[in-house]
Amino acid sequence: MAGATLTPSAERTEVRPKGAKATGRAPRHGQRWIGWLFAAPAIAVYTVFVLAPMVQTVRYSFYQWDGIGSSPWVGFANYVRVFTDPELVGTIVHAFELIVFFSGIPVLLGLAIAATIRRIATSRLAAVARAVLFIPQVIPLVAAGIAWTWLLSSDGLVNQLLSAIGLGGVTRAWLGDFATALPAVGVIGAWVLLGLCTLLLLAGMSKIDPALYEAGRLDGAGPLREFFSITVPNLRQEIGVCVTVTVIAALASFDIIYIATQGGPGNTTMVPGLEIYYRAFVERQVGVASALGVVLVVLVLVCVLPIQRLTREES
Amino acid sequence: MIVRGREAWTGRVFLVLLMVATIVPFVSLFLTALHPSGTYPAGLDWPSDPQWGNFLTAFNAAHMGELLTSSALIVLGVVPISLLVATMAGFAIGHLKMAGRRVVFLAFVLGLTLPFESIITPLYYQIRDMGLLNTRWAIILPLVGLFMPFGVFWMRAHFVTVPGEISEAAHIDGATSWQQFWRIQVPLAMPAISSLAILLFLWTWNQFLLAIVLVDDPTQRTMAGALGAFQGQWGTDIPLLCAGSLLVLTPTFVVFLIFQRRFAAALLQGSLKG
Repeated sequence: MAGATLTPSAERTEVRPKGAKATGRAPRHGQRWIGWLFAAPAIAVYTVFVLAPMVQTVRYSFYQWDGIGSSPWVGFANYVRVFTDPELVGTIVHAFELIVFFSGIPVLLGLAIAATIRRIATSRLAAVARAVLFIPQVIPLVAAGIAWTWLLSSDGLVNQLLSAIGLGGVTRAWLGDFATALPAVGVIGAWVLLGLCTLLLLAGMSKIDPALYEAGRLDGAGPLREFFSITVPNLRQEIGVCVTVTVIAALASFDIIYIATQGGPGNTTMVPGLEIYYRAFVERQVGVASALGVVLVVLVLVCVLPIQRLTREES
Repeated sequence: MIVRGREAWTGRVFLVLLMVATIVPFVSLFLTALHPSGTYPAGLDWPSDPQWGNFLTAFNAAHMGELLTSSALIVLGVVPISLLVATMAGFAIGHLKMAGRRVVFLAFVLGLTLPFESIITPLYYQIRDMGLLNTRWAIILPLVGLFMPFGVFWMRAHFVTVPGEISEAAHIDGATSWQQFWRIQVPLAMPAISSLAILLFLWTWNQFLLAIVLVDDPTQRTMAGALGAFQGQWGTDIPLLCAGSLLVLTPTFVVFLIFQRRFAAALLQGSLKG
């Protein structure tokens, strides 16, 4: 990144004739500061509506506050609660369980699908598919949540299909059952993200040199071998992007769960985002909500930064 | 060749299955919406007497007219301001190479991963103190700020690729940085700006959390936020809820169909860069 920003300016100094250097430098030096005028509005709005609230979140997290009355300083007590209160720890555990569905299924299934349809990526069917697979990305997550709540309900299509293939015994209200609610919510997330991952991976595959596959074929590599020794290694960056996007979607999930289960039954689908919302605006525990907010930011960074490193370094 | 032919067929089958899985929830919504209001239809089932009137009922019950206006106003506030401010900052960081740009850029990039939930609590009190609670500004202003990391990131990526000679030439012609920005750089950046506009439109229209926290009146919210309220109110009347959901997702869907290629390209690039 740093290399990219340096190159153009280096070129510019080379191109400039010697005599112009002295006169050229003055406006350029000014330009470096004029830049601040151009950046000022963005910095201002970002500071007021993102950085300042973030600082406030950190500050609130050290107080006990109901949003109205006095607010005694409690040190790290709110953080201790986040990591000891079973309900709060539960939300973090759920968020990580959701990663399996939000990231695991879309990335693995997406890889398999993209590898299978790679050969027909330029056909007319693929063009139609490209549009169709984007639909879940375009509609509000709230609408996806409502549609799936209905599909997964006791009279819904999922149960209808299960009964049709003779699995009537396992039918249930998937989102209302303590054992299946979290996986069911995960399936909704997987549905939303699968199309995006498939298309990202497919776009990455189209950039792989076909000669690699030809060579593989000549060496007698089967489709599986081809997949693991050519496709996957060449897709590091795309896989990294898919994992990053989906992990953030899982850890910071809110819309789908708010609509589909409100965190229930019990607290089986409660996630940090929803817990923050309830604590801050329903139970009026602003301090605890803020501590969880800080923990969530850190969790996202801790998960995302290593992925970025792993996938970008070699490319 | 035989192997290829078989692979192509497996590919087609996979693709069709995937498309079916993507579309089925919408088909289910649609069929359910056609059933008589208040019934509990089973799965996929074409109603004997399709109730097309449900869409009209839902349109009125959800105050869809007001909602469309409200969402449009919010988009009209968020998108142009964000585009202008982000383009200027991208220009400053990517092209003018302002002093201290690394720190500024890093500060923006760190915001890319920020979950909105983490700042929603202080944002609520801040917006309240500004006297903006329950107005559309309560959604517009924070969203402009929250979109800055991505917007600046996106526009910087464009301006880094613009050759320095262009501004050199403008300098020789005596253009100020401001003139140069408007007359030369912005027209050149139009493809990047319009892709960003598409993404921001989509993210604003579908914004849910800010809408439900900062605005009580559903008719002052975004479409997605209003749907949340609609579910609370009509959640027990499944056909009506399904009809309402379809109505709410129609506008983005139509816009998507019109700008389909741009959308797809923007979303793919957007996630690649983000």
